[in-house]
Amino acid sequence: MNPVAMTPVATNPPVATPFFFYLLAATMIIGGILVITRKNAIHSAMALITALLAQAGLYLMLYAPFVAGVQIILYAGGIMVLFLFVIMLINLERNMKERQFNKQWLVGGIAALALGGLFISVYLKTTNAKALFPDGRLSYVEGQNTQAIAALLFDRGAGQYMFAFEIASLLLLVAIIGAVVMAKKRI
Amino acid sequence: MHEFLQQYVFSYLDKDLTPGGAGSVFWATVYILLVFGGLSVAVIAMNWLERKILAHMQVRLGPMRVGPHGLLQPIADAIKLLLKEDIIPAEADKIIFWIAPFIVVLAAFTVFVVVPFGPTHAITDMNIGILFMLGVSSLSVLGIVTAGWASNSHYPLIGALRSSAQMVSYEVAMGLAVVSVIMMTSLETGTGTLSMIGIVQAQQTQGVWFVFKFFPLGLIGFAMFAIAMVAETNRAPFDLPEAESELTAGFHTEYSGFRWSLFFLAEYSAMIAVSSIAVTLWLGGWLRPFPSVRGPVITIPHIWTPADPSAGALDFVFALCPGIAFLLLGAMCFYNVRRMPKHPLFKIQTMGLAGFGAVLALIGLILFIPPVRDRVEDIFWFSAKVAAFMYLYIWYRGTFPRYRFDQLMKVGWKVLLPMGLALLILTAIVGMRTDLWAQLTGAVQP
Repeated sequence: MNPVAMTPVATNPPVATPFFFYLLAATMIIGGILVITRKNAIHSAMALITALLAQAGLYLMLYAPFVAGVQIILYAGGIMVLFLFVIMLINLERNMKERQFNKQWLVGGIAALALGGLFISVYLKTTNAKALFPDGRLSYVEGQNTQAIAALLFDRGAGQYMFAFEIASLLLLVAIIGAVVMAKKRI
Repeated sequence: MHEFLQQYVFSYLDKDLTPGGAGSVFWATVYILLVFGGLSVAVIAMNWLERKILAHMQVRLGPMRVGPHGLLQPIADAIKLLLKEDIIPAEADKIIFWIAPFIVVLAAFTVFVVVPFGPTHAITDMNIGILFMLGVSSLSVLGIVTAGWASNSHYPLIGALRSSAQMVSYEVAMGLAVVSVIMMTSLETGTGTLSMIGIVQAQQTQGVWFVFKFFPLGLIGFAMFAIAMVAETNRAPFDLPEAESELTAGFHTEYSGFRWSLFFLAEYSAMIAVSSIAVTLWLGGWLRPFPSVRGPVITIPHIWTPADPSAGALDFVFALCPGIAFLLLGAMCFYNVRRMPKHPLFKIQTMGLAGFGAVLALIGLILFIPPVRDRVEDIFWFSAKVAAFMYLYIWYRGTFPRYRFDQLMKVGWKVLLPMGLALLILTAIVGMRTDLWAQLTGAVQP
């Protein structure tokens, strides 16, 4: 099966309308701002979950339901639960009273400006600015997304990312074993 | 305008698609309302059945006072819960305390978007169906954890910590069992599928429920899932987050009234949701028992004139089952009407029970009408299988003592996880065996 053979088809009017994009993008940005401004770590975590779910919605709009599903399972359902788990073990009352001592706003501001500048320069440099934002919408059959990803990973001919995928998972395994070894004196 | 609306509404009926697949907003809304209503009725029925069955298992009578045999008890309970004072602890985190039950309910109900009650009877069919169900149901733990934390009290916090550890652990085993089924779907067609409808159709084309596929591999996967799903829904014997002997009521100790009833609703609909995953993946979803045994081809004018030319006598017999089941329920009601006390005080209750029996019998008769019968048969089989799981849940609760937390973790990580990994590898090897055999003997690859 050829992963590139995703053919655009004319189906029902796509749900990926600008309205939903702006809605999800706004949710993400507001969530992101709340993450860094809330003093209560649990509130930050909840805001982060909102942002991650909105991101899953954006993936759906890009006709990548598989990526969206994995995003929900891994980030919102898995990692964030562990985050909350750890935060609950911390004594929050003391943290709430302390002033936030993070003094990295200068570095952060410079980095944000640089990134913003990069985006704007790319937009300006492109001779045909429209090329970044295509006029027509290609609507792929959602049905092909999962199979296409599987083909990219595992297909005999076209599968190019198998090695990288396995190496990444091996790296994670090493990290897990390392954490266990460091945490436990006697195994 | 009128004709356009009419055409819009009725054009869907000719298509063999789910409302989501056909892009019909009207029918999608109808289906959503139907599923929501059916689910609420199921939760009410489960409430009564659980108390009744549990009572009979423990040689008690259970609810007997409100209505005949306590049939109206759940309604009385619901009214009580709605009228109760809704207390928010002074030290609680108000916003999160308020949101938490809604997260749980939202997660529990959203998964039903993809549950296939029949080939066309699902709100929509997603390409990532099973992934969506697992993902969204894993969000409910967020609600439980935040509920426990926001209460700002010790028992709920411990309950929340327990539940987060438990649900994250058992999701792993659950996922591994599910993956083995997804590999099985790819067997004869070459491409597997994650879609809930696709998984049942794969069982149809392969002519076997996946619980019997590669015996005993399918059965082991099914058993693993059946254990993990009890832990995932926080039910006995894995109900540590709400172990009443240690934690009062666990994560929802501080909740009362309406908000508590939301947790209750979410727990039962989550049970139905995971049961329907198990039914879809292993027990053939909407397929009737022995779907590939069809018997001799018969036609009875006006009663059995199937569109499918290969439909046989057994198809006809099984198609009558929904109606017969409801008639039996009605007959049971009438039997109990005769056994009701003859005292004049029980007159209204007796009449009510007779009326209820009449309604059930009427539904049974309606289910015999050929067009209705053909449309709801799949829903009936799906619901019947899910109901069997619901009974199992009650049975577990009446039978098993609660696990200790370290035992729970041991089962999850040291038994189910290695078993799941072994199952995955074995399923892959057995599924590939024709391919491997061809390679070893030098035959031409398919």
